[in-house]
Amino acid sequence: MIETTSAAPAPLPLKSRGEGGGRARTRSAGWTGALPLLVFVGLAFGVPAAALLGGAFTAGGAPSTANLTESLRGAYLTAMLSSVKLSAIVAVAGAVLGAFLAQAVVTSRLRALREAVLTASGVLANFGGVPLAFAWIATLGNSGVLTTRLGLGDLGWNLYSFWGLVLVYLYFSVPLMVLVIVPALDGLRPQWREAAQNNGATTWQFWRHVGIPVLTPTLLGGVVLLFGGAFAAYATAAAMVGTVVPLVTLQIADALAGNVLIGHENVALALSLDMIVVAGLVMAVYLPLQRRSARWLR
Amino acid sequence: MAALTPAVLPEAGVPAPRPVRGRRGAGAWRAVVLAVAALYFVTPLAASFVFTVNDPEKGFTLEAYGEIFVAEGFTRSLLLSLGLAAATITVVLLLTLPAMLAVRLGAPRLRPVLDVLCTLPLVVPPITFVAGISTVLRWGPDHLAATPFYQTIIAVQNPSFPVVLVIAYAVLALPFVYRALDAGLGAMDVRTLVEAARNCGASWPVVLLRVIVPNLKAGLAGASFLTLALVLGEYTIARLLGFEPFSVWIVTISGANAPLSVAVSIFSLLLTWALLLILSTAGTRRSRS
Repeated sequence: MIETTSAAPAPLPLKSRGEGGGRARTRSAGWTGALPLLVFVGLAFGVPAAALLGGAFTAGGAPSTANLTESLRGAYLTAMLSSVKLSAIVAVAGAVLGAFLAQAVVTSRLRALREAVLTASGVLANFGGVPLAFAWIATLGNSGVLTTRLGLGDLGWNLYSFWGLVLVYLYFSVPLMVLVIVPALDGLRPQWREAAQNNGATTWQFWRHVGIPVLTPTLLGGVVLLFGGAFAAYATAAAMVGTVVPLVTLQIADALAGNVLIGHENVALALSLDMIVVAGLVMAVYLPLQRRSARWLR
Repeated sequence: MAALTPAVLPEAGVPAPRPVRGRRGAGAWRAVVLAVAALYFVTPLAASFVFTVNDPEKGFTLEAYGEIFVAEGFTRSLLLSLGLAAATITVVLLLTLPAMLAVRLGAPRLRPVLDVLCTLPLVVPPITFVAGISTVLRWGPDHLAATPFYQTIIAVQNPSFPVVLVIAYAVLALPFVYRALDAGLGAMDVRTLVEAARNCGASWPVVLLRVIVPNLKAGLAGASFLTLALVLGEYTIARLLGFEPFSVWIVTISGANAPLSVAVSIFSLLLTWALLLILSTAGTRRSRS
């Protein structure tokens, strides 16, 4: 969704300016216009962030790194690793499947199919949280429609597991990937394909040497975006698996609700800080890639 | 790919070397992908619907859907969610639009700052954000009881309209609104439009309302929809701060009644879908006129 919009060309800056007075007036107006947003972000985002940071490094009223040490040990470490593994699998699988689906839609001659898939993707990419969990429980849960009709329970099927979560998370990840990559696929010039074919390249050679290299930044950007979405998801997992699958978001919610030892209240903040660091590292990969892909797809 | 080429290629006379084989292979491949995708995406929706209307004793029944509207708190929570969405959209647009115009017109050096500020919320998962917010809110009783800030902290947590949620949602919506508006502003020549209007004697509010906004209808509609979808679906922050908008209510109310909980889920999906359609048609109709 983000990539769809950011592909638009930047405005041409006008070099020739009027007299100096007009410039001074617009400039002062410029700063005042931006001021409310800066103040708002500083207060609404900066203050909680500072509180989080301060709390994470405070244990028993004194500065310490005990919370962070604890948050990287035992059950907390298991939960963090499980979250990262789940998000990575969902991100890679979702990106690959989403790319294939997008390519199938883009190359289709049916205009209506394309419109329908893009609209549905817009809705389904936002279809997360508890309703998504309920829909899947009704379908493949222990008393779900498909589980009972097809007798999946006897075959050892269990939705409330790690792979069950992967299956459910893909439901909003694949549509998001479709939205991300359709503009990039549209930007693959037909002439490149023609040139490759005229030089005797096979379909595989075209994708290996032209298509995939051009798409790589977008694909990687999509992987990062999907990773972030799966990593941050809480409601779906909480409604579906409870505590069966250890996840860092579930641990934070649990700790925030007060289910920690006395004196360890700030471990939730330390876990949050760990999450932000992981998400920040992943995002640090994404932003330069997004700029690179924009260069090809003008 | 090969099938699309003739329609797009400028010199349509160039034949593809192996059109027949390529087209047939691509067609089969595409059909398989589309069929699998359709199966995966339609099955849960269809199965959920069957689940809600299929009563083991009575057979087909729409009772679960009727129960939604008479359930306690339905109107209250839905109105709260819509109110929060309206307030969030207003706040976030009033904050971002002037700032983005400012960056384009008078303060280009602020642009990187704004870029970073409006991307940061993407890096911060909602659950960590709520951990920070609840820490701040706890300061109220702990440290600020004797100061006027205490009253403010109590006031923003008013359960009938929790302002703290509007603030949190506005932060979460910033990246999406920023990108949607950035694309919209990028498609028009802001500086020329504004300078022309100013030279004709228009005041800043007139410039904003009668020059910028009409040209930015699609971007504004997109930003509004993304914010609306975000607010309607947001569960983590509202739940952990103890408020009950629609997304939290559907969990509270479903409890032991499985068909009702699934019916509410389908209802909320249809609601989002309907709002998307309304907003997108409104956006295109306005931009066409």
